Amino acid sequence: MAGEAELRLREQLSRLRSLPLLRGAKLSSELQRLQKQLDRISGEPSDEEIWRSVELARHPDRPYTLDYVERLFEDWFELHGDRQHGDDAALVAGIGRFRGRTVVLVGNQKGRDVKERTRRNFGMAYPEGYGKAMRAMELADRHGFPVVTLVDIPGAYPGVTAEQHGQGGAIARSQALMSRLGVPAITCVIGEGGSGGAIATALADRVLMQENAIYTVISPEGCAAILWRDAGEARKAAAAFKPDAAHCLELGVIDAIVPEPGEGAHLDHDEAARLLGDALGESLDELEGQSGDDLRRRRRVRFRTIGQVPATR
Amino acid sequence: MSERIDVSIEHKHAPPQDGGRPHPNTCPKCDSHYRDDELEQHLNVCPHCGYHFPLHAHERIRQLSDEDSFVEEAADLRSDDPLDFFDLRPYTERLAEAELATGLGEAMVIGRGAIEDLPCQLAVMEFGFMGGSMGRVVGEKFARACEGAAERGVPLVSVTTTGGARMQEGILSLMQLPKTVCAVEDLHDAGGVLISVMAHPTTAGVLASFASLGDVLVAEPGALLSFTGPRVVQQTTREKLPDDFGLAESNYRYGHVDAIVPRPELRPTLGRLLRLFANGR
Repeated sequence: MAGEAELRLREQLSRLRSLPLLRGAKLSSELQRLQKQLDRISGEPSDEEIWRSVELARHPDRPYTLDYVERLFEDWFELHGDRQHGDDAALVAGIGRFRGRTVVLVGNQKGRDVKERTRRNFGMAYPEGYGKAMRAMELADRHGFPVVTLVDIPGAYPGVTAEQHGQGGAIARSQALMSRLGVPAITCVIGEGGSGGAIATALADRVLMQENAIYTVISPEGCAAILWRDAGEARKAAAAFKPDAAHCLELGVIDAIVPEPGEGAHLDHDEAARLLGDALGESLDELEGQSGDDLRRRRRVRFRTIGQVPATR
Repeated sequence: MSERIDVSIEHKHAPPQDGGRPHPNTCPKCDSHYRDDELEQHLNVCPHCGYHFPLHAHERIRQLSDEDSFVEEAADLRSDDPLDFFDLRPYTERLAEAELATGLGEAMVIGRGAIEDLPCQLAVMEFGFMGGSMGRVVGEKFARACEGAAERGVPLVSVTTTGGARMQEGILSLMQLPKTVCAVEDLHDAGGVLISVMAHPTTAGVLASFASLGDVLVAEPGALLSFTGPRVVQQTTREKLPDDFGLAESNYRYGHVDAIVPRPELRPTLGRLLRLFANGR
C-alpha cells in the first residue's frame, strides 16, 4: 500500500531530522543527501537494494579500520597483544589523537591483498582479539579516554582453537566490560557487522552505521543454509532479515546513518573518512561532560529498551 | 561397481522404519529403551550409559526446585513478527506451532522458586520451542528475571538449552546479547548472584552473552557448549575436529566451566552454592 509506505518514509525522515547527530547547519548538506537517499529507497529498500548493501559492505576496496586511522588520527600508537598469549591481527587497538583529544580505538581489520588477508584472517577475530579489545578499553576507562570502535567483521572465527580458547565467553565478557565503561563509547559499523563478533565491541552509547554497511544476526549465507537448507539462497535470506542501515535505523538498533561519498566509500576513502570523522566528532561532543554513572545507566537503558516486546496481552 | 547390498538383518543404528526420528525414550547413545515412568524416576538420565536426555523446561524446574515452590512470571509474553519474516514458512506460523507443541508461550520460563529451602529466581530455557532460540521475548524474560532477583535480593539460577539467537527476528535478536549482558551487570551491581547451568546444547548467542557471565558456570555431562557448532567449523576450516569438540568435558579441560555436574547431583550442588552465596544470611 502506497499510503503505508509513504507514512513509514515520513516517519523515518522526521526521525532522521531530529537526530542529534544531524543537528546544526554544517551538517545540513548531509541531511539533504540522506533525504535524497531515503527518497530513493521510498520507505522500504527493495530486495535488490538490500543485496547491494551486502555487496558494498564486503567490497574489496572498501576502507578498513586502519585506512580511517591513517586519515583521522594523529600520533597513532598501536597496542599489540592480549597480555595472555597472543596478538590477533584481525582486530587492531591503539591510542591516538582525534580532533584534539586522546581516544582509544578498537577496530576489526581485514587485509587488502592475499598475504595480508591471510595474516588478518579475513577480519575474523579470535578470542585473543577480544582480549586485546578488552585491555585497550580498560586502559581507556582508567585514564578517562573515550572509546571508539569500528566494526567490520564477517563473524567470529569458526575454528577449533577459537573454541578451545573460549570464544563465547570472550564475546560475553567484552560486552560486559563495555557495559561497565565510565567513559563515552561510540561504535560505527563500517562494513560487515557480523553477529557475535560484531556485538563484542558494539555495546556503546552511540551506535552509528555507514550508509552501505550491514548489521546481521548471522551471515546471509549462514541463515540461508539453516532456514532454506541452501547457502545459495543468501539473497532471499538477506531480504528477509533486512540487515541494511535504513532498516537498522527504523528498528532503533542504530542511532544514525553515516553518509558515504557518491556510490560508496570504496570510491573515495578520503571523503568517506571525512564524513565518518564528522559523525564521530559530533557524537563525542554530545557525550562529553556526562558522568561515568550517567553514561553507564543510559547505555544500559538503551540496550534494555531496543525492540521492546509487544505489551502483554 | 554399484553399491553393495546391505545383508545385515538388523543394525543397532538402523534408521527407524517410519523414516522419522527415533523414539524420544530410546537412548541415542546405547539404544536402551525406557517407559516414561522409568525415565522420570531416573531424572531423564539413561541408567545404562549415563546419557542425559533433553528436559522440558517445566520438568527441569520440577527436578530442581522445592515442591510447589515455583510461581511462574511473565508467562503471557508472546513474540510478534517485527520483520514480517518469511523463509520457507511465515515466522508467525512457526511460533504458533511451537506453542502448540510445547504448551509454552516462548523458549524461556521464568519465575520465583526455592531450592533446598533457599529462595531464588529461575530462568529455564526450552529447546523444544524453536530450538530454544533467543528472540526479544526470551531476552525480555531473562532481563525481568534479573530484575526480579535484584529486587527480592535472591540469586538467579539460569538453565540454558539453546541454538543461539533467533534468526527470524534478525538484528533485534542480536540485540538480545547486549540486553541480557546489561541485565546481568545490573544484577551484579545490585549485589546479586547468577549461577549459570549449561545443558545440551548451549551455543552461539546465548553462550556469547548471559550464560557465560554467571558467577559460577556449571555444565551437564556431554553438553555441547560452543559458539560455532562442529558442523560449521568442519565445513569452514576442513580441520579434523577432536572427538570431544565443544563438549562440556573439553570446556572444563580448557578452563571455561567450573564444574561438570551430572543431573542427579545438580539440585544438591545448586543448594550448596546458594547456601555459600547466602553466607549465613
